[in-house]
Amino acid sequence: MTDSAFSLRRRALLGGLAAGTVAHHLARPALAQGSGPIRIGEINSYTAQPAFLNPYRNGWILAQEQINAAGGVLGRPLETLSRDDAGKPEDAIRIAGELLNAEKVAFIAGGYLSNVGLALGDFALQNKVLYAAGEPLTDALVWSKGNRYTFRLRPSTYMQAAMLVEEAAKLPAKRWATVAPNYEYGQSAVRWFRELLKKAKPDVEFVGEQFPALGRIDAGATVQALERMRPDGIFNVTFGVDLTNFVRQGNTRGLFEDRAVASMLTGEPEYLEPMGEECPEGWIVTGYPRDTLDNPVHTAFREAYRKRFNEEPKCGSIVGYDLVLAIAAMLKKAGNTETEAMVDAFEGIRYPTAYGTGEVEFRKIDHQATLGCFVGRTKLNGRVGGMVDWRYADGANYLPADDVVRGWRPQG
Amino acid sequence: MDSLIVQALNGLASASSLFLVAAGLTVIFGVSRIVNFAHGSLYMLGAYLGWTLTAHGPLAQLGGFFGFWGGVLLAAAATGLIGAAIEFLLLRRIYRAPELFQLLATFAVVLIVQDLTLLIWGPQDLLGPRAPLLRGATQIFGLRFPRYELFLICVGPVMLALLWLLFHRTRFGILVRAATQDREMVAALGVDQRKLFTSVFALGSALAGLAGALQLPREAVNLHMDMAVIVEAFVIVVIGGLGSLGGAFLAALLIGELHAFGILIFPRITLVLAFLVMAAVLILRPHGLMGRKPSGLPPASIASPPLPGTPKWLAQAGLVALVLLLVLPPFLGDYTLSVMADMAMMVLFAASLHLIMGPGGMASFGHAAYFGAGAYGAALLAKHLMAPMEVGLIFAPFAAGIVGLVFGWFCVRLSGVYSAMLTLAFAQIAWSTAFQWVEFTGGDNGILGVWPSEWARGKLVFWYLSLALCGLGVVLLRRVLFAPFGMALRAQRDSPLRAEAIGIDTVRVRWVAFAIAAAAAGMAGALFAYGKGSVFPSFLGIPRSVDALVMVLLGGVQTVLGPLFGAVAYTGLQEQLSRVSDLWRLVLGFAILALVLFFPGGLAGALRAREERA
Repeated sequence: MTDSAFSLRRRALLGGLAAGTVAHHLARPALAQGSGPIRIGEINSYTAQPAFLNPYRNGWILAQEQINAAGGVLGRPLETLSRDDAGKPEDAIRIAGELLNAEKVAFIAGGYLSNVGLALGDFALQNKVLYAAGEPLTDALVWSKGNRYTFRLRPSTYMQAAMLVEEAAKLPAKRWATVAPNYEYGQSAVRWFRELLKKAKPDVEFVGEQFPALGRIDAGATVQALERMRPDGIFNVTFGVDLTNFVRQGNTRGLFEDRAVASMLTGEPEYLEPMGEECPEGWIVTGYPRDTLDNPVHTAFREAYRKRFNEEPKCGSIVGYDLVLAIAAMLKKAGNTETEAMVDAFEGIRYPTAYGTGEVEFRKIDHQATLGCFVGRTKLNGRVGGMVDWRYADGANYLPADDVVRGWRPQG
Repeated sequence: MDSLIVQALNGLASASSLFLVAAGLTVIFGVSRIVNFAHGSLYMLGAYLGWTLTAHGPLAQLGGFFGFWGGVLLAAAATGLIGAAIEFLLLRRIYRAPELFQLLATFAVVLIVQDLTLLIWGPQDLLGPRAPLLRGATQIFGLRFPRYELFLICVGPVMLALLWLLFHRTRFGILVRAATQDREMVAALGVDQRKLFTSVFALGSALAGLAGALQLPREAVNLHMDMAVIVEAFVIVVIGGLGSLGGAFLAALLIGELHAFGILIFPRITLVLAFLVMAAVLILRPHGLMGRKPSGLPPASIASPPLPGTPKWLAQAGLVALVLLLVLPPFLGDYTLSVMADMAMMVLFAASLHLIMGPGGMASFGHAAYFGAGAYGAALLAKHLMAPMEVGLIFAPFAAGIVGLVFGWFCVRLSGVYSAMLTLAFAQIAWSTAFQWVEFTGGDNGILGVWPSEWARGKLVFWYLSLALCGLGVVLLRRVLFAPFGMALRAQRDSPLRAEAIGIDTVRVRWVAFAIAAAAAGMAGALFAYGKGSVFPSFLGIPRSVDALVMVLLGGVQTVLGPLFGAVAYTGLQEQLSRVSDLWRLVLGFAILALVLFFPGGLAGALRAREERA
């Protein structure tokens, strides 16, 4: 139980820090932007999704500490006010108002759930404030509901589906079945996978689909329903506890034997590690091969993270870390914290990702970053799964043509 | 065909798990009449304790057969003890409070357990060990079927048989059944009620813990287990008939099988299926499959003296408050204004629920449906017809009122918890419509860009608008209470027979009250939508219905001012705490517990009690 004891201490410490900042700000009048620290308002579903957002917050803290130790940006340190939205978009909007009006932050960042991201994006448009989204995956954030003030870091649902389609098209499998959580992310992932795979390989056939409720999968019945369809390949979009339950039932019932499985996000340590020894072999996944990704930049990041938090980074840690790096690069280019200047600077900004795979660009055309992810196969090493045979799939190569994007995104 | 039989077996396995949870809940309800919201938390604790005991405790060192099964049983026993402690330390102190008030206490326990579990076990999902001897699968019609699921299929009926023996062949069981039938009579016969209640609560909790621990080999233990199971368990208990074990078993079978086969035909049905079944069953059989008409009053209501007129000091205080609310805002910050506007909407939302819960005597577990109907009504007009805010605000109460008329027509014919659960079923059906009809409602990504008209964009103007509309709504609701209609409403609550005898159409009175409450909630919802600029399915989700209940109960059901105090206290606490600490649920839980223990009549009730003493 040393792990949990540690996390308890760390949470208590963070709580103390947060309480400290609040008291601090009550004690002195708010400083006008322009002198003192650059204040960032950060909103996430910390209490609703702690398993994914604690690593994210750690990554964020690490990057901020490193930047501040090196003298900050524009000669000013970065300061972050973190808030919990409890997983509700309406709370996120209220908190965004609080950060903007009462705490006078220069801009807002964060978001984990897609609907929270969209709500904050719309808030940004209405209030003409910059919003740097980290985790939300929905395509709508930069395409159908995209706007001038919203930027997104992580590779979107479309991009990750496209990466998997590339691999799936190489397989002999013709009959595909899909299983996805019943909400927007699951539905769009399935839609894109079907559409893109049909385009890449017109003779594939989709023989059925399952849409278990998010977090409530009836794994036995779902596995049996898929078995009934007798597919050659399965496209999986479930994650977290649904995935773990699905895999355990699937393993016991032999669903994955002699079948190809392509699976969204499953290579991320967040989802791979809780499965422990149940980790399936040979699934094609997108993810983050933390332990075998050895290049100078990433090794340095991994070491620094271990040293600071006494645990291994997760995919969320990269997102948090990268988002701060991108923000710092943007601030440097903008030269001040005026919203319009920051937005202009963000368009086309480049920063080096902690993956160590080179520079990532925030595209001017749709404000989507070209951060990619790793595509490989799962393999059980000892008692916990990892990724093998992976390669980096650069996000820039998995986006639709520019004129298609322009057609989707509201212009002007 | 063969695979259909295996699918039926899957249904049976789920049914067994569901039955274990529901059995504990129904036993507790039968005796204590407590709507135990914390039952899901006990289930989750059972699973976490089981994980620790089977994978990390001294028993795990033992390993193998005894390590696992000993761990599971010990986890169940430990959960039973926790349940007994909750009853002993908390619920015992508030049995005299109005019924349903205990729901508030158990809700606080849910919040506290959520954060404690996170602190103790951390945020990661935990995968338990597989069960010794039952690891692999066995061939059934050429398909592999896990042995553990076969074992689970047997656990349900065996447990039912054991409980039947307990209740029919032991003195304890006979007392429990007697108390289920008539609590007062059992007490009059000299049975120590306290012991009986504590032991029943412990038994129910141990069943929940056992159900949780038995999930270990098939499900990862996680922090969302409590909420996932509690609603399902309530649905099963209600379909079966409150307090009926056999009914719960039947209902679990029904839901388990419908689920297993439902996903073959409608893969997306999982969200709403259980609620559709519940609505259908309750409409056809108002007391569930095997339930009997409950004795005594429905749980939300308590006969009370006529409402007092407004005392002079209160009218003066109200006037001062109103002047302050009008004069102060120009000097307040934008954020404070938007929080105050939120509070105003919540006051109207709580007041609308109070109308049917207090004077009406009908609890509603699904009041968010009407809040959401107003919000979606306005947002859909804006999205599809480009309607401006003014039109949306006029339309919203009508939209919500019509939804209230439709849903209410069914709900007002039922009584007590059955009626409350039917409102929940309708609310969930409405929620899943908003969630799944993506083309029309935007699905879970909601409808964006529902901003106020240009003149009302400023926070100050929007505050005055919210104050005006919500104030008007609250005043109208108050007028309704003191009008002849309100008297008829109270009459049908306190004495339905006499009310009928003097010519009051009680069903119709309840129905109209339901629709009025729905319309007022819709007004609050529409304002909320314009305040946030967007609408999401969470507007009509269960958590928001629970918020409404908590606000009314916290303020006090029996007083007219209750919802006002409850809404301001609850939203204020939540807003302040979530800014200060990640552990806001823990602190909020303890705050609610403190209020429950010190003010069993609610906040406004406490005020009135003080006045009466003076």
